[in-house]
Amino acid sequence: MSSDNSLVRFVDIQKSYDGVSLVVKSLNLDVAHGEFLTMLGPSGSGKTTCLMMLAGFEPATHGEIYLKDNPINRVPPHKRGIGMVFQNYALFPHMTVAENLAFPLQVRDMDKSEQKQRVDRALDMVQLGPFGDRRPAQLSGGQQQRVAVARSLVFDPDLVLMDEPLGALDKNLREQMQYEIKHISENLGLTVVYVTHDQSEALTMSNRIAVFDDGIIQQCAPPEVLYEKPENAFCANFIGENNRFLGKVSEDNGDTVKVEIDNNAGTVIAKKVNVGGVGDRSTLSLRPERVTVNPEPGSLPNIFNGVAEELIYLGDHIRTRFTVLGHDDFIVKIPNSANHAQLEEGGTANIGWTAEDCRALDPSD
Amino acid sequence: MATAEAENNEVITTADGVPLKESLKKALWQRKKTALLLVAPLFLFVLITFLIPIFDMLIRSVDNSIAGEQFPGVVVELSDWALDSTELPDEATFQALIQDFKVGAKEKTISRLGRRLNYEKSGMSGLFRKTARKIKKLESPESATAAMIAIDKKWGNIETWRLIKRESGKYSSSYYLAAFDAKKNSDGSFSMKSEEQQVYLNLFWRTIRLSFTITFLTIILGYPIAYLLSTVKTKTSNMLIILVLLPFWTSLLVRTSSWIALLQKEGVINDILVGLGLLGDDNRLAMIHNEAGTVIAMTHILLPFMVLPLFSVMKTIPPSWVRAARSMGATPFTAFVRIYLPNTVAGIGAGGILVFILAIGYYITPALVGGTKGTLISNFIAYHVSTSLNWGLAAALGTILLLLVLALYILYDKVVGINNMKLG
Ligand SMILES: Nc1ncnc2c1ncn2[C@@H]1O[C@H](COP(=O)(O)OP(=O)(O)O)[C@@H](O)[C@H]1O
Ligand SMILES: [Mg+2]
Repeated sequence: MSSDNSLVRFVDIQKSYDGVSLVVKSLNLDVAHGEFLTMLGPSGSGKTTCLMMLAGFEPATHGEIYLKDNPINRVPPHKRGIGMVFQNYALFPHMTVAENLAFPLQVRDMDKSEQKQRVDRALDMVQLGPFGDRRPAQLSGGQQQRVAVARSLVFDPDLVLMDEPLGALDKNLREQMQYEIKHISENLGLTVVYVTHDQSEALTMSNRIAVFDDGIIQQCAPPEVLYEKPENAFCANFIGENNRFLGKVSEDNGDTVKVEIDNNAGTVIAKKVNVGGVGDRSTLSLRPERVTVNPEPGSLPNIFNGVAEELIYLGDHIRTRFTVLGHDDFIVKIPNSANHAQLEEGGTANIGWTAEDCRALDPSD
Repeated sequence: MATAEAENNEVITTADGVPLKESLKKALWQRKKTALLLVAPLFLFVLITFLIPIFDMLIRSVDNSIAGEQFPGVVVELSDWALDSTELPDEATFQALIQDFKVGAKEKTISRLGRRLNYEKSGMSGLFRKTARKIKKLESPESATAAMIAIDKKWGNIETWRLIKRESGKYSSSYYLAAFDAKKNSDGSFSMKSEEQQVYLNLFWRTIRLSFTITFLTIILGYPIAYLLSTVKTKTSNMLIILVLLPFWTSLLVRTSSWIALLQKEGVINDILVGLGLLGDDNRLAMIHNEAGTVIAMTHILLPFMVLPLFSVMKTIPPSWVRAARSMGATPFTAFVRIYLPNTVAGIGAGGILVFILAIGYYITPALVGGTKGTLISNFIAYHVSTSLNWGLAAALGTILLLLVLALYILYDKVVGINNMKLG
């Protein structure tokens, strides 16, 4: 991403709280104007820390953060013009909803009539028009969430940060709010840095996802790339469902490799993505929906005999657990199409996949 | 079917035919009984050690039954003698006086009434003792009036009789008047005592003033500490709380002597200030045995009562509130004043009312380090209870103090709301 289009740039950011370990290890990341970027990662991977450094509440131990090409390490939070939505909403309990929304305008000494106009517009945007006089405690969780979003936008910040804003909502409401936030950000052309540990939320909302683990960005890519072309075992595993085999590379053919699965279970031909040469260990990753049951013999490079251990009928597809290549946790999603394979628990079947769909990645544990 | 039946009989019964309401009542009564049994011991304890004594205090502050007990005859005779009369009471009254005195002197109880009347007018105690001594030799005189005046001229003074008449009721307001530095004039009207005789108004004023000062100081000193405690790790804050509570754990005498060592004219602080040249050797600060001593020592002792409620409120304030305010453009100062401070008002209120109420009734510390200028109302109550034995006045002062605290409490409830109060 070219730097003239980027709104935020993290350059070689490192962060340590205790002087012993690095919570963020060398972060380099650009966020473009108008982009919805999600930091996705398990709890403790340093996402909040990155957000706090960007907002100005934690100093970076090393490196520089640029906002519109200006270094901001020494700019105090209130001068950064960054809107923020917190996980527990951080609404001010002693103020009404309207007062909460007016707060950022008051501290900017905006005149009263414009304050009111903007507050009303923000409330309408999140469909809370009639609730201006209520206290936050008198609102439901979802409504509080909307107030928090409206409050972070009411002063037209350049950038909005959201730290697991939907974490406290139940599933239905969460999904609804995902769409609402996405639409608001699209309509207003906002630049959003969003933090979540929920991969489906990240896939739904983002233009780009930065997958965090252990203080490092494992991969930063649009959702479809991340899902279909994970570059390492962590991303493959963290995003979407994924069958894994561990083994050793026995043959390197440039685009593809042959991998001997541990315990002499068999040899699989896979796409060479993130693996060394012959003799290196590798993790093979294969999406459950990319497996064919009872393929034409010889039509696929990888065909093995498996035992169907468990069938779960899920309507649109049948989720089947196989034992294959010495693994009893191999999942296949069989689409419920007109002439799909008929299986029984305990029965055997041939299952196969292409070399393209099976990605040879780094040997993780 | 079932609902139709219920409508017909209007009584819903349980399976064994007992009306539902009754069996519910029975079940609830069991629970209530348990609850009552659980509170009964504490209730009895509080009743005996707290409520009854307070009631007794209220009674004592107006009780004047001593006049009726010691002067039964005189009180009856005086009932048709008017306060504004210009003549002495009649002969019958004097005969009753002799009779009452003879009984009282024999039982050695008459001097109590003398002491009681002495509160109103000095010299009365002496008059009663002298009369009691001489009354035994008095054998049915021709004129009781003349005989009594012969014993002491004061019996012929109309003011003496007006005093007795005024204080002959079962109840008396004189203790309260004394507590407010007022007095009853001989014609029954009230007036303030002369400036140099006033004691208690100044004392109440000083008590309130010092209590406010102490409360204010504990807020100023306690707020930053509580803030620090609420932001550090639990392990660190637990240790710091121990330091805050340290004053509770040191014995009173150790504490007092260390204050004296620190604060007196030849004490550590003065020595340091003189040593640094900040203070001349001949104008060392007087920081003990005066108001300053009381304020310093009591602020020290009462600080935990401010810190703990503040701490417990501040602990519930997530750092994200102030952060949210800052991200919206508020300076640290604005974020503090508009967001943090309003949410700690409950803690300031709770700590403030606690410290103020404790301070207003504090006894031991002002007694030890207050000298004469730094003593509070409680010290005078204690003096009247144990030294001057004027229990009525002590009770009146105590009652006023109690009402003061109650008024404050009600005011607080109106302004802040007692339900918002958060303690520990
Ligand atoms: N204020 C802090 N002081 C010390 N350690 C912290 C602090 N905040 C976070 N950490 C540590 O840094 C790591 C990353 O935390 P965080 O950024 O909150 O992760 P995430 O938001 O991805 O769950 C965690 O191991 C956490 O314990
Ligand atoms: Mg987090």
